Amino acid sequence: MLTILFWVFSVLMLASAAAVVLFRNPVNSAMSLVLSFLALAALFVTLDAYFIGVIQVLVYAGAVMVLFLFIIMLLDLKAETRRKLNIAALAGGLAVLGGFVVLITQVIKSLPSASDKFPALARTGYSDTYDVGMALFSNFNLPFQIIGVLLLVATVGVVILSRRSLR
Amino acid sequence: MPTLGDYLLVSGLLFSVGLAGVLLRRNLLIIFMGLELMLNAANLSLVAFARHGVTAFGLPDYNAQVLVFFIITVAAAEVAVGLAIIVALYRLRQTTHVEDLDKMKF
Repeated sequence: MLTILFWVFSVLMLASAAAVVLFRNPVNSAMSLVLSFLALAALFVTLDAYFIGVIQVLVYAGAVMVLFLFIIMLLDLKAETRRKLNIAALAGGLAVLGGFVVLITQVIKSLPSASDKFPALARTGYSDTYDVGMALFSNFNLPFQIIGVLLLVATVGVVILSRRSLR
Repeated sequence: MPTLGDYLLVSGLLFSVGLAGVLLRRNLLIIFMGLELMLNAANLSLVAFARHGVTAFGLPDYNAQVLVFFIITVAAAEVAVGLAIIVALYRLRQTTHVEDLDKMKF
């Protein structure tokens, strides 16, 4: 059952990610990206990472994609008009990409633990969110505070950037 | 049961699709979406490794999941700043096509 779900969501995720790259209209690309993120959240759930799956749906498929769609609508981007294709650049990009795919499949194949089954998890009374929270607030308290400052800096930076006259 | 290698392969393919978006597309917004796909591929392999490296208590390695949490947070901040830059650029040039933005080309 888990195997079927894994392959269904993997194929769905990769197909919609490919659609992001292939669609010419940015709104279609953004909608495929939402689908890709939702399938990825399902893959997180198959790995027993329930909290990360929920965060993926809330932050990525929710907040980030709404921001993307908002900007696409704001800029009123139409489907790209076809331009003269730069054949050399296209061939170079495809060559780099093909080399990368071959490299990464070879690396994963030669990994000694690649064919390991995942070990069984112990049943504890605590939820996944509880355990992530314990790790976050006991081992990673300082990075958590720093991330908060980073979000503040990003907010201030965006306000400055979107002023009418950049000086 | 899918193995660790299956998850890593899917993650690598997702990264390649994102890289294809960055290398082959010339719309700034689509390039940005490709970057998001690559970040998500890294997250998937991190969660797979967290599930693979079960601790002595029989729990997934939550340190990796906390790292994924941080990556998602930083990515959200990055999207906000990046899209603000794109809007500022569009206001100045009325385009998001990278070939029209060659002012700093040597």
